[in-house]
Amino acid sequence: MIEFYLDTKTGVSPYLQIVQQVRRALKLGLLREGDQLPTVKEVVGRVAINPNTVSKAYRELEHEGLVTARAGVGTFVAQTQSDSSIVAQGPLRHDLEKWMTRARGAGLDDESIEALFRDCFRFSSKVGVA
Amino acid sequence: MTTVLEAEGLGKRYGRKWALRDCTVQIPSGHVVGLVGPNGAGKSTLLNVAAGLLAPSSGTINVLGGAPASDPKQLARVGYVAQDPPTYSGLSVADHLRLGAHLNPTWDEDMALRRVEQLGLDPRQRAGKLSGGQRAQLALTLAVAKRPEFLILDEPVASLDSLARREFLQILMETVSEDRVSVVLSSHLVADIERVCDYLIILVASRVLLAGDVDELLASHHRLIGPRRDPSSLPESQVVIEASHTDRQTTLLVRSDGPVIDPVWSIEPVSLEDLVLAYMGQGRTNHAAIDVDAKGER
Repeated sequence: MIEFYLDTKTGVSPYLQIVQQVRRALKLGLLREGDQLPTVKEVVGRVAINPNTVSKAYRELEHEGLVTARAGVGTFVAQTQSDSSIVAQGPLRHDLEKWMTRARGAGLDDESIEALFRDCFRFSSKVGVA
Repeated sequence: MTTVLEAEGLGKRYGRKWALRDCTVQIPSGHVVGLVGPNGAGKSTLLNVAAGLLAPSSGTINVLGGAPASDPKQLARVGYVAQDPPTYSGLSVADHLRLGAHLNPTWDEDMALRRVEQLGLDPRQRAGKLSGGQRAQLALTLAVAKRPEFLILDEPVASLDSLARREFLQILMETVSEDRVSVVLSSHLVADIERVCDYLIILVASRVLLAGDVDELLASHHRLIGPRRDPSSLPESQVVIEASHTDRQTTLLVRSDGPVIDPVWSIEPVSLEDLVLAYMGQGRTNHAAIDVDAKGER
């Protein structure tokens, strides 16, 4: 079962952090169809987080079709994320690692690499802020 | 918005000093509301008036549709935990529960016993021998076992170490998820507020500078970093809360309901702590002149 954590330094709202953690676990294949998410009460008791926040995150995931809520039973993963995206991750990761090696070879330090990556990322996604 | 508390022009004066003056605020129901602000902003005074421990000197306040502590029925609907967890050091844990059962018509004995067991408290232990964290937990147990509709917590975790604080907040959140009780919680620990509160009110010198859903507040505030620029040249939809400049660079904290699309800015999210500090800083400059004597002693 997935275990949530909260990073209060990021400026990302708590509900969005929960949503992102589930999405990430799905993308990495850590959550599969039929897996149950912890109940709101379980999350709240462990992470010391507002129950409305957890419910809101679960509603958002449901709205995206990633999970389904079964009344009185719990919240379950609706479908395993398309295997093609997981399969594609291997070679992409390999490319990225090669790129990292090249960047280090060119004398960039960790911070410059991160700045460059974030800049490209922001540019290519072409969205200001949501 | 349905509310559990509504105050208008509320004031509390001690002699010539106003601890709270002309305060207008609404606390929505069904939320855990975080009340933050600098020392002397009037947070404790507001909560004490709401709990019925202090009578206001001016203005009106309405709690769950009635005057605070106006009759026993009203008292039973509101739970309150004061700044220094109020327990009687000579009485045992069991004595405290007996006291709670005796004083509260809506007392839930099962819940009280369950909590005490969950906390690992020995019923025969005197409160004076408990740790600060345990005393706070006992005070919270007494406040929630009366099954209130509205729970008022004045700096409940300020004196606790981080582990005791986390445990206190876990129990509080479990209670909220089981009972759907509305909560207002004052604290200067913004990291705690961000965890447990879904609604934030910033109070500076008796005035509400910002109130809203925490997620919406975080989504509508951004830090913009770019080449030096006059903040007044920004579009009208972007309200500057805080600005700082070097000879080449400008850093702004803005509120903007829509996306910021100007490519000149590098845009970062703002943590709740930075957001609170920015508003408190703004409050100091804007209100310093008018509210010198409203700040009270520190």
